[in-house]
Amino acid sequence: MSESIHNYKAAFDDIPGTLVFTADKARQGYWLNQFCMSLMKPENREKWLADEKAYLTAWNMTEDQKSALLDRDYNRLLELGGNIYYLAKVFSTDGLSFVQAVSTMTGMSVEDYQAMMAAGGRSPNGVRSIKDGN
Amino acid sequence: MAKITAGIATSHVPLIGVGIDQGKQNEPYFQPIFAGYEWTKEWVSRPDNKPDVVVLVYNDHASAFGQEIIPTFAIGCAEEFQSADEGWGPRPVPTIKNHPDLAWHVAESLILDEFDMTIINEMTVDHGLTVPLSAIFGQPSEWPVLIIPIMINVVTYPIPSGDRCFRLGQAIKRAIERFPEDLNVQVWGTGGMSHQLQGPRAGLINQAWDQKFLDDLTENPDRLRQIPHIEYLRETGSEGIELVMWLVMLGALTNPKELHRHYHVPASNTALGHIVLENEK
Repeated sequence: MSESIHNYKAAFDDIPGTLVFTADKARQGYWLNQFCMSLMKPENREKWLADEKAYLTAWNMTEDQKSALLDRDYNRLLELGGNIYYLAKVFSTDGLSFVQAVSTMTGMSVEDYQAMMAAGGRSPNGVRSIKDGN
Repeated sequence: MAKITAGIATSHVPLIGVGIDQGKQNEPYFQPIFAGYEWTKEWVSRPDNKPDVVVLVYNDHASAFGQEIIPTFAIGCAEEFQSADEGWGPRPVPTIKNHPDLAWHVAESLILDEFDMTIINEMTVDHGLTVPLSAIFGQPSEWPVLIIPIMINVVTYPIPSGDRCFRLGQAIKRAIERFPEDLNVQVWGTGGMSHQLQGPRAGLINQAWDQKFLDDLTENPDRLRQIPHIEYLRETGSEGIELVMWLVMLGALTNPKELHRHYHVPASNTALGHIVLENEK
């Protein structure tokens, strides 16, 4: 007997501070992520950087998705269906490394985030499960 | 006949590629990252150990494929592949040359063995494939091995289960052992170990969990096969799920023996893991 897809996906909601890129998210963020893919081409990166709002008019995204992009609000972009490997095209175009961009989602300064990583990273203790509080 | 002689697993953190491409191996941050590959570089250069072909299991990180096509299991069958431009220009690495006869044989065999592979004749390959090659072979003018890319979706859920990946490895082993050419073949699993690149919980590292995973590659493979996705996500961070690709390597081996292990935190946002497993002779 195969596992129910409903139970499989419901369990993901119990992980603190984490959004799993399910098919639901992939559908919600389809054009957001495809927009990110367009930045793989140098000529598109130039156009995007020259006039971000104008570049976005060609993409079938929600206003929320567009404003989160303009704000570089990566947590919001994840909520709106973005995936980190796609969003990486946006922060790479900005000249940011993964560490620099990822730290913006944690509420920590990049220096504090780097210090945490150098000290062994974030402990899983207390952030495994919302329900179990462990 | 072709024979699988060893399995190698390694993280494929982009920063490892940056360290090599920009000649930073001896800088204090990078030195402990690269030191753990020295043993493997020496071991793999010995004639008895050097593979003719590497079956390299990795995932594409929105480089060759966007959301328009999402193959769960794919195999590269073209003559050769070029390094992808991931947004800052392609990595300066040699062309990846395939063994197309073996790749097509593996593709045909897997499909007959009920693994419904997507066959890829045109794609670029990103850091998931090129970083492991650079970590182990350095910067040669040509890669010293032929490479069969096996690409697995570990980005858009549901992704394949760990046990399914293990059984894919078993089917790859059956396919390779039926190929008539005398070839020394290695299977590499890449990605992991614990890391999370997104959200308020980003930066999660679970060294105890990772070390137990490394132990159980030889001590308790059956436990690893049964780890559900939710455990990877809770314990190793959202991107630690890449470890299912190590299980393809594990499935292709028989009673593997650990020859070498390297574990270091941090490499960028990631716990770097690397292991060399010798196959039963």
